Amino acid sequence: MTALPSQPSATKLGLVIDLDICVGCHACVVNCKEWNTGGYGAALSDQDPYGEHVSGAWLNRIHTFEIVPEGGELVGEAGEARIVHFPKSCLHCEEAPCVTVCPTGASYKRAEDGIVLVAEDKCIGCGLCAWACPYGAREMDLAAGVMKKCTLCVDRIYNETFDEEDRVPACVRTCPANARHFGDLGDPASQVSKMVAARGGIDLMPEQGTRPVNKYLPPRPRTTLASRGQAGPAADEDTGGATGFFAWIDTMLEKI
Amino acid sequence: MHPALSIIVFTTSSGLGYGLAFFLGFGLLDPAAFATKAAHVIALGLISVGLLSSTLHLGNPQRAWRALSQWRSSWLSREGVLAIVSFVPLCLSAWFVIFEGRHSWPAGLAGSLGCAVTVYCTAMIYASLRTVEAWHTPLTPAAFLAFAGAGGAMLATFFAALGGGNAGLTAVLALVLLVLAWGTKLVWRRRLRALSSTSTPETATGLGALGRVRLLERPHVTENYLTREMGFRIARKHARKLAAIAFGLGGGVPFVLLAASALFAAEGGLGWPVFAFLALAAYATGMLVERWLFFAEARHSVMNYYGR
Ligand code: SF4
Ligand code: SF4
Ligand code: SF4
Repeated sequence: MTALPSQPSATKLGLVIDLDICVGCHACVVNCKEWNTGGYGAALSDQDPYGEHVSGAWLNRIHTFEIVPEGGELVGEAGEARIVHFPKSCLHCEEAPCVTVCPTGASYKRAEDGIVLVAEDKCIGCGLCAWACPYGAREMDLAAGVMKKCTLCVDRIYNETFDEEDRVPACVRTCPANARHFGDLGDPASQVSKMVAARGGIDLMPEQGTRPVNKYLPPRPRTTLASRGQAGPAADEDTGGATGFFAWIDTMLEKI
Repeated sequence: MHPALSIIVFTTSSGLGYGLAFFLGFGLLDPAAFATKAAHVIALGLISVGLLSSTLHLGNPQRAWRALSQWRSSWLSREGVLAIVSFVPLCLSAWFVIFEGRHSWPAGLAGSLGCAVTVYCTAMIYASLRTVEAWHTPLTPAAFLAFAGAGGAMLATFFAALGGGNAGLTAVLALVLLVLAWGTKLVWRRRLRALSSTSTPETATGLGALGRVRLLERPHVTENYLTREMGFRIARKHARKLAAIAFGLGGGVPFVLLAASALFAAEGGLGWPVFAFLALAAYATGMLVERWLFFAEARHSVMNYYGR
């Protein structure tokens, strides 16, 4: 059924992505493709994989943005210029427009945990859901002719043959910087909800009315060296606090 | 948005077919005339070509029947259902005219209603998408309906002039609908020009509070499904020229030709059908350009992530 669940699901599984931490290494992207090409549904095909115009279906992509602060035309001219690595995958929206436009019932949102999925055996590959998603979270698999999207690794997170720590989406498990977090955003007491509350987590394109479940944590304000006071070369020169053996060495070395 | 040939042909061809069938349903042409029988066949043919062409862009067309199931929420599904449902009265109506030489009001009117609603559903597939602001307006279905009507009235004029009946009446209808359709399109284009996107790179990344956001690196150096499907761009100056061509070929030329053809009305002979046909050919070409622009000029919100 492509009608959305009549009641918003109490459990809202999703990701929280920390834009302050992501280093743009693409490890999550690669592990996502690796896991999902052998997991849920058709393999994630590539076209012209070793050629000049290689392209393929990916469920997670990293964009990199630069921020030009107020008053500066060039990055670095004024204010806090920044480079932000920006991972993007399906946000498992509560008002998912990709679901309601689907003519076949292939796209659906699960009532029990809010995950948005495509039943590939029903999908006719019309592409309308990709048009309806504001975020570009859906990509057609050109080999299988069906729509692919992030499954939130539904085949990992409930998999009891896995160790507890592996029952998270592949991207979360692999992120070397710990920039990705998985949990229940419907539960205000969950780790992820607390993180969102503490850091002022944001929705992407709220004006589209999709009410995404996934949240992004904005970069923290910069601290300059000057504002850190103590730090810096001058502090390293001060040996006044040395005691005992180190104080003796300090005096000896001073004499040479 | 990528102007896919299959979808452009589909909307243009089915628009013309539904438009013609709409007027045939009102019994405007003489059911006994051979030209009217031909008109019914052509209408069904145009609709079928359109619908078949629309399945060409599917990844798995063998499952297309599944698209009839979600009419409660999906405009695409509604379109499919109505296209099939309206085929029944349209075929019945054609049967009565072709084999019995008479017009059936119940079948005719049911068919006309089906035509109008189906075209409306097609337009709503586009108009319902919030992600493409250019389309997200009631002006979109208004323009689709008026264009289908104008094309249909023009086709009806052609068949009426060939001996099917009162070509004067359908020609007047065509002239009125032409003005209406291109007037609506003019307003539609004004709105498009005045649009300032509500979704921007700032809202898309949520980083607007820090400053202006611009793309530094895209995920891949090569194109992907999203940039191919939704990243199509056309230069403003070219769009302006193409729009002028569409207005001229699809609006101006057929208007003048149709009006001029009235001069031949009294004489009979081939003058009128030839002029009506030329008007039609110009209109169909203009419509293809118009539909191409409809896609080419529309920007999708996902391009905020791709710096386009
Ligand atoms: S991010 Fe896109 S694909 Fe995912 S639920 Fe939202 S609208 Fe649908
Ligand atoms: S591509 Fe598949 S999932 Fe998407 S709208 Fe079409 S049928 Fe539904
Ligand atoms: S693995 Fe982590 S740090 Fe690397 S791109 Fe993904 S989210 Fe960013």
